[in-house]
Amino acid sequence: MLVVACIKQVPDTTQVKIDPDTGTLIREGVPFILNPFDVHALEESLRLKDKYGLRATVISMGPPNTEVTLRKALARGADQTVLLSDRAFGGADTLATSMVLASAIRRLSQAEEVALVICGQQTIDGDTAQVGPGIATRLGYAQLTLVDCIEYVDLPARKVKVRRKLRGRHEVIEAPLPALITVTREINRLRYPTVPMRLMAEEAAITLWDNQKMGLDEATIGLKGSATQVRRIFSPERARGEILGDGANEPEKAAQLLLGKLIEKDLLYL
Amino acid sequence: MAEEKKIKKPHGVARLIQGKCIACGARCQMPCPKDAIEMNDQGEPVIILEKCSGCRKCLKVCPVDALEIYYTPQEEKILAEIAARTKAAAPAVEEIDKEAAETLARLKEYRGVWVFIEQTAGEPAQVSWELLGIGAELARTLGVELCSVVIGGGVENLCQESFSYGATRAYLIDDPIFHHYRTEPYYKAICHLVRKYKPEIVLMGATGLGRDLAGAVATELQTGLTADCTGLAIDDRRFLLQTRPAFGGNIMATILTESTRPQMSTVRPHVMPLPQRDVSRRGEIIRETVPGKEADFAVKVLEIIDTRKEGDVDVAAAEVIISGGRGMCAKENFDILQELADELDGVVGCSRGAVEAGWMPAERQVGQTGKTVRPKIYFACGISGAIQHLVGMQDSDVIVAINRDRQAPIFEVANYGIVGDVLQIIPALTNRIREMRTQRRG
Repeated sequence: MLVVACIKQVPDTTQVKIDPDTGTLIREGVPFILNPFDVHALEESLRLKDKYGLRATVISMGPPNTEVTLRKALARGADQTVLLSDRAFGGADTLATSMVLASAIRRLSQAEEVALVICGQQTIDGDTAQVGPGIATRLGYAQLTLVDCIEYVDLPARKVKVRRKLRGRHEVIEAPLPALITVTREINRLRYPTVPMRLMAEEAAITLWDNQKMGLDEATIGLKGSATQVRRIFSPERARGEILGDGANEPEKAAQLLLGKLIEKDLLYL
Repeated sequence: MAEEKKIKKPHGVARLIQGKCIACGARCQMPCPKDAIEMNDQGEPVIILEKCSGCRKCLKVCPVDALEIYYTPQEEKILAEIAARTKAAAPAVEEIDKEAAETLARLKEYRGVWVFIEQTAGEPAQVSWELLGIGAELARTLGVELCSVVIGGGVENLCQESFSYGATRAYLIDDPIFHHYRTEPYYKAICHLVRKYKPEIVLMGATGLGRDLAGAVATELQTGLTADCTGLAIDDRRFLLQTRPAFGGNIMATILTESTRPQMSTVRPHVMPLPQRDVSRRGEIIRETVPGKEADFAVKVLEIIDTRKEGDVDVAAAEVIISGGRGMCAKENFDILQELADELDGVVGCSRGAVEAGWMPAERQVGQTGKTVRPKIYFACGISGAIQHLVGMQDSDVIVAINRDRQAPIFEVANYGIVGDVLQIIPALTNRIREMRTQRRG
């Protein structure tokens, strides 16, 4: 039986800066990384492999250079990887993305039963948290988002028990298999690849599925299959405020100026 | 005219404008009929000039207008000549796109703005009322009704509550099956309502529950969903303009759902203002039942553990927030902030830096990975203002920044700034408030 981790290669958005003059993104030198949430999805799938003997499969939709990221997954211990790459997949929103990923999982399940699909709770570039639910709905799998603990998987009974982390509460849920789980970053601590594993991963073959192989209707994938369209992208507007007094040399006076402003604007009541 | 020699109109070739591409995911490559676009390792297009026919399809899909059409000087000359010749001629009648007209007619069947009322054990999430506020504005612009969708077990009272916040109709599904939130029964219930009543807009809170539900509903309905919106408006075609931070908050994107309905968004809590509550308002309750019984749903909620601790402070609900960052230098210095907070009936928040330094608990963190807040006054003390922090507090009514470094980006969003030592300025502020209060009383 398979556990499938869905991962994505993303630009490290914490290193992106804005050109103050043109208001455009400075992407130069910004590295591509494995989405930080997906690292934990991958790790969790490897733990399930170790504990329950599931075969860990990693899939990713992206440009051909995503291969580098998939090799890193192999070095950590994944059994097989599939790269979903085709020009026809490009420009996809979450609806069109979940179409390709769900189809790939369905295809995998024809060869070997899928017990669980694990995704990160969201990506750092899109921040939508929508692809996981999209895959679950398309496949009719039980949907379990924001999971911070998988308590057990009962393969003979086809059941899983998890804990979901929501604001102010935890939910303990039992669900049938196959299930799709999205994980928080707290779910586990990462392992690191060993040198022999890394060397093995360099040599390993990466399976490529393009749309010739997948045979998906082009109206349901990529830009054409996307229900949302980006109309405009712009820099957030920032209103320039005023600097009050000389805080470095006259802190009391600056504080007094500030109080005056706040009282004047009815923001402070004495 | 016939005598004039026919000139072939040059098409030019597509060209990337340096520095504008955001590597959006190869949108430009997809529509190219000539396979003339390759993507480099940076995710930017490389245009193969021999193949490009100048069809402009890539220009149309680029969200940041990073592509342009380039003409050689000779081509420019020919273009100028053509322009001169056709100047006198009548303008061409724009062809009506039949397919587009059919799509528009289909979209017109959908009317009304819906807000999903999120609740846990009957307790409503405040974001639902915030959504009724913005929903009312959208409904007014469109000239349609604002409706609430109330689903749960024993939750009828929330219908009246939604009328108090501006809805005029409530769709109610009340059944013990819905006592605890579970994705499958909830998404099927909403899809049932949407298919029956056809709303044009469906809004949900961008909470853990709302995002879990919206993703399933939109996929089942095969329609567009935009996550975590911070701005909503209606354009001249009656389309919903959904604005949200992208790229970790570095840029904003406005997103549309062009050809499917309903248009769905999840909206970040505390970004939209809470509307006035008026208990005298009334509305109509539409009771609905959905086929399905408990035995149909295999997912079971076994237990709900309350993780709120005694004395927990909800930063997101506070009207005054005094936040400290790395510039506070030490854990003890947060006492200074607490003293000011006590004077102003506020709470102490913090940046990610302060959490990482172990000075403050993670529940107090404001920003992309913490809470989004919208207080009346936000004090940023010793916080430099990384974009991830700004995303969480930039909608505050008034922002006060106190920082040693005049160049810190926090001053770019602040209404009032003081450049100086936060450890001197905050106590001075607290003392001055105390003095003024004593004077008044005396």
